[in-house]
Amino acid sequence: MKAFIVTTIDAYLIYLVLTAGSGNFLYFWSPAEMIMGVFLAIIVGAVSRNYLCRSRNYRMLNPVRWFKFLVYGFGPFFEAMAKANVDVAYRVITGKIRPGIVKINPELKTDFGLTFLANSITLTPGTLSVDVDEKRNYLFVHWINVKKGEEKKEFADYRYVCGTFPIWARRIAE
Amino acid sequence: MWTQYLIWIFLGIGLTFNGLGAIGLLRFPDVYTRLHAATKATTFGSIFTSLAVVTFAFTQLYLNGKMANLQLGLHTIVAIASLLLTNPVGAHAIARAAHRSGVKPEKAVVDKLAEVKK
Amino acid sequence: MIDIWFLTAFILLLWMILSIIRAVAGPTAPDRVVALDTINTLVVAIMIILSVAYSQIIFVDVAIVYALLSFVATLYIAKYLEGGI
Repeated sequence: MKAFIVTTIDAYLIYLVLTAGSGNFLYFWSPAEMIMGVFLAIIVGAVSRNYLCRSRNYRMLNPVRWFKFLVYGFGPFFEAMAKANVDVAYRVITGKIRPGIVKINPELKTDFGLTFLANSITLTPGTLSVDVDEKRNYLFVHWINVKKGEEKKEFADYRYVCGTFPIWARRIAE
Repeated sequence: MWTQYLIWIFLGIGLTFNGLGAIGLLRFPDVYTRLHAATKATTFGSIFTSLAVVTFAFTQLYLNGKMANLQLGLHTIVAIASLLLTNPVGAHAIARAAHRSGVKPEKAVVDKLAEVKK
Repeated sequence: MIDIWFLTAFILLLWMILSIIRAVAGPTAPDRVVALDTINTLVVAIMIILSVAYSQIIFVDVAIVYALLSFVATLYIAKYLEGGI
C-alpha cells in the first residue's frame, strides 16, 4: 500500500511539472488537467507499484537525502563532469591512452547505491563502468589512462578511480 | 538583454563538446574508448545546448510573461533529466554486452574481467 | 542574418553525419550500437533546438519520449548482443 501511494504521488508530481502553464488555477494549472492527472496517476501507481519500490525500503523518502543529492549534483558531480569533458577533449586531440579494465571494491551494500555510483563513474573523468559482481558488489571499471602500478594490484585504489564518490554514494543512498 | 550572450556561450560549449564526441567516435581505437567519448562528451554537450534553450525560455517569460515559455523551460528541464538518467545506463549496457560477446579492449594493460571469466 | 538556432541545428546535423560514418564503418556490432546511441542523443538535442527555432513546444515532448524509447531500444539491442534473447 505504501509503495502504491509513493508511486502515485511521484507520477502526479511529474504530471504537474509537465502540465504547468495550462491555466490559471493556483497561477499555473487548469482544474481539468489537475483532476485528469489524479486519475492517470492512480492508474500508473496501480500498474507500476512493484517496479519503483522493489526493495520495500523507504529510506529515500527522507528529505535530508534529497538535499545531499542536490548538493552533490551541483557541487562535486558537476565539477567532475566538466573535468571529464576537458580530459576527453585532451585525449581526442592527442590520442594518448593507456586503457585497461580494473576491479574496485566500493564497499557499498545496496543495489541503489551501486547503481548511483556506476552512473556517476560513467559520467566522470576517464572511467566507464563495464560489469558488476552482484554477489560481492565489486565494480569492473574501464579506465582510459591506468595509473602506473595500479594494474598489478588485485583491487585498484578507488581514490584514483572515482575520487570521493563512494563516500557520497554511501551518504546519499545507504 | 545580457542573457543573449549567455545563450551564445552555452550553444558554443554544447556544439564544441558534441563535436568532440563525434570526432572521438571516429578517432579512438576500440569500442570501450569510443564509449568514453560518445557518452561523456555528447551528454555534456546536449545538456549545454538544452541549457541555452532553458535560458532563452525564462528570458522570454521575464520579458513578455507568456505561459508557453514556462512550458518550454520546464519540459526542456525534464528532457535534460531523462538524458542524464538514461545515457550512462545505456553506455553501461553496451559495454557489458560488448565484453560478453567477446570484444577485447585493444592495447589494454590489464583486463581483470577476462581473468574472472576463466 | 541566419537564425542562430537554425545554425546550431545545422552544425549538430554535421556531427550526426560524422557519427553515421562510424555506424556504417564500425568493425564490430557494439561499435555500430555506440554510434546509434550517439545519434539518438544528438537527435534529442536537435529536437529541443528546433522547437525554439519553429516555436513549437510539442517538439520537446517528442524529444522526451524519443529519449526514453531509444533508451529501451539500446537496452534491448545490448541484451541481444549478450545472447539473452
